[in-house]
Amino acid sequence: MIRACSLAKHFEDRKRGEIRAVDDVSFECPPGRIYGLLGANGAGKTTTLRMLATLLKPTAGTATVAGHDVIEKPGCVRGKVGFLAATTALYGRLTGRETLAYFGRLNGMDETAIVARTARLAEEFRLAEFLDLRVDKYSTGMKQRVSIARTVMHDPEVLILDEPTLGLDVLAARGIVAFVRGCRDRGRAVIYSTHVMSEAEKLCDVIGIIHRGRLVAEGTLGDLRARWGAEDLEEIFVRAVQGEEEGVS
Amino acid sequence: MRGSRIRAVWAKELREAVRDRRTLMSTLVLPTIVMPLLFLAVGVLSARIFGKARAERSAVMVLGGDDSPGVRAVLEKAPKLQCMPAAAEWRTLVSDKKIRAVVSIPPGFDQKLDRGEPEAVTIYDYEGELRSGLAVAEVRRVLSDYRQGLVRARLESRGLPPGLVQPFDLNTQNVAPPEKVGGNLFGGMIPYLFIIFCVTGALYPAIDLTAGEKERGTMETILCSPVTRGELVMGKFLTVLTASVVTVVASIASMTVTVTLGGSLLASKSVGAASMMGAVAGKVPVLIDPLGLAAVVVLALPSAAMFSALLLAISVTAKTSKEAQSYAMPVMMLVLLPAMTGLMPGLELSARVALIPVMNLALASKELLSGVWHWNLLALIFVSSCVYAALALRFCVSQFNRESVLFRG
Repeated sequence: MIRACSLAKHFEDRKRGEIRAVDDVSFECPPGRIYGLLGANGAGKTTTLRMLATLLKPTAGTATVAGHDVIEKPGCVRGKVGFLAATTALYGRLTGRETLAYFGRLNGMDETAIVARTARLAEEFRLAEFLDLRVDKYSTGMKQRVSIARTVMHDPEVLILDEPTLGLDVLAARGIVAFVRGCRDRGRAVIYSTHVMSEAEKLCDVIGIIHRGRLVAEGTLGDLRARWGAEDLEEIFVRAVQGEEEGVS
Repeated sequence: MRGSRIRAVWAKELREAVRDRRTLMSTLVLPTIVMPLLFLAVGVLSARIFGKARAERSAVMVLGGDDSPGVRAVLEKAPKLQCMPAAAEWRTLVSDKKIRAVVSIPPGFDQKLDRGEPEAVTIYDYEGELRSGLAVAEVRRVLSDYRQGLVRARLESRGLPPGLVQPFDLNTQNVAPPEKVGGNLFGGMIPYLFIIFCVTGALYPAIDLTAGEKERGTMETILCSPVTRGELVMGKFLTVLTASVVTVVASIASMTVTVTLGGSLLASKSVGAASMMGAVAGKVPVLIDPLGLAAVVVLALPSAAMFSALLLAISVTAKTSKEAQSYAMPVMMLVLLPAMTGLMPGLELSARVALIPVMNLALASKELLSGVWHWNLLALIFVSSCVYAALALRFCVSQFNRESVLFRG
């Protein structure tokens, strides 16, 4: 379960003054659901997810992830979360197996559990062929599969995925989509941020549209279609964002 | 803070470090192969230049002395001097290194000597120039022998013993053990090299583990794991410290081999150069006191820890490795300048100096290698260095806790 309550993150910029990267954002994602966070570049998606993953501290508000408060128990939160982003690369000088073992150890797993879990993930994500090669020899697709295995090495209750298909080819992106569906089916709560409308349409049970740090629309795809009077998610997105801008002006 | 997580980070960083060619280069190859080879090459080269210069006949111009055939003949007969005819532009010729020195003999020199009147010969040289210095030394030796001969002849003609003007001889004999001789010779140089290797060994890993990680996009990967910032810093810090200590130990080992082998190699080539490398004038074998050296290593540990933590803290503020290098350079300068104090004569260790980082290590190492053990000052240096290292580590953890540092866009 993920629950964000009036999350806010403000930065100080010498030239522009205070920047409200995230402003009063609240939402919920129960287990077995995928919550899609939709927004343009710089809308505040990454900052929101980084706060949920305890990488950044909220300026105001808070969130609970798998029953732990992100401010009071950040270590416990990270133990329950699998975080995957375009910015979470793998160590090039380690092999895939060493990478999985390393994250297993950091998550407090013993060596027997690490070996067993690695074997299971190698089978699930077809890693066996290249698991003992160094990561810097991998293709983009191989890296993506090992990254996913790294994310779920400790079998997290919650998955936070920040534009995980960014820069991937169609096949690798499809692999990610299949993996996310599998997580939902296994009862995991998934937050999925993207600016690719088709992905959100295919995957997400609930969609939140974020613009200039504020959550401007939220609901199932059906709810959003009914509210904004459009079938196409891209059109819904544009209307929601424009509506917010008009409201602001 | 969990020890198992710190060990996991440390082991992983070490594994990555030994697989990185650049880290291996700065930690092992540079101090064990490149530096000793460089020292040997410089030693062999200077031995050759020195030997060649000593073997050469020095071109010397004699001004005046046409009415003094005695002194002129002495100079002309000297096998290592080549007397050149007088020329008006002699100053330019010395400056242009065409001739090595000029000997000016005043008019009526021989006659004045016969009359027993005091007179002076002036030698003009190019100060600081090796060959000019050798020529001056040779002229002085030749004229000094000539003067001694004249004194002996005068004493004999008056029926006086030679001991009248030289009642006794002066001999010098070394009584210091070889370790102390070595300590005095290398006492300033060893800590300087020590500190250089401490910093250079830590520099590349510190950059690679911080700015390098940001550049490769792996910093966020580790930050989203359950490891705390404190555990992460400790794991990285231990890796950088390991690299620094390995570099120092490897450099000491290779330097010992170089000095031992190089000393005997160069002893056959040139006595002067050999004394630089490990044998004093071929008479006393030079040794480095192993106990003193071990004490220097122990004393250097907290300083190595301080350098490691500082370099990590500074490098993590950079966005790229290149940027981190530019930040680390001033730190290198700040460290190397006080390290040079060990090379300066006259600077002594005191309670106040014992509190100045780097400088305290340089001066204490010099004393330790010369067999001087000021226990109270050594304790003060060790404790103060530990405090500085702890402060540097705390600063490093605080840098890793700053979002603006870790997520600098």
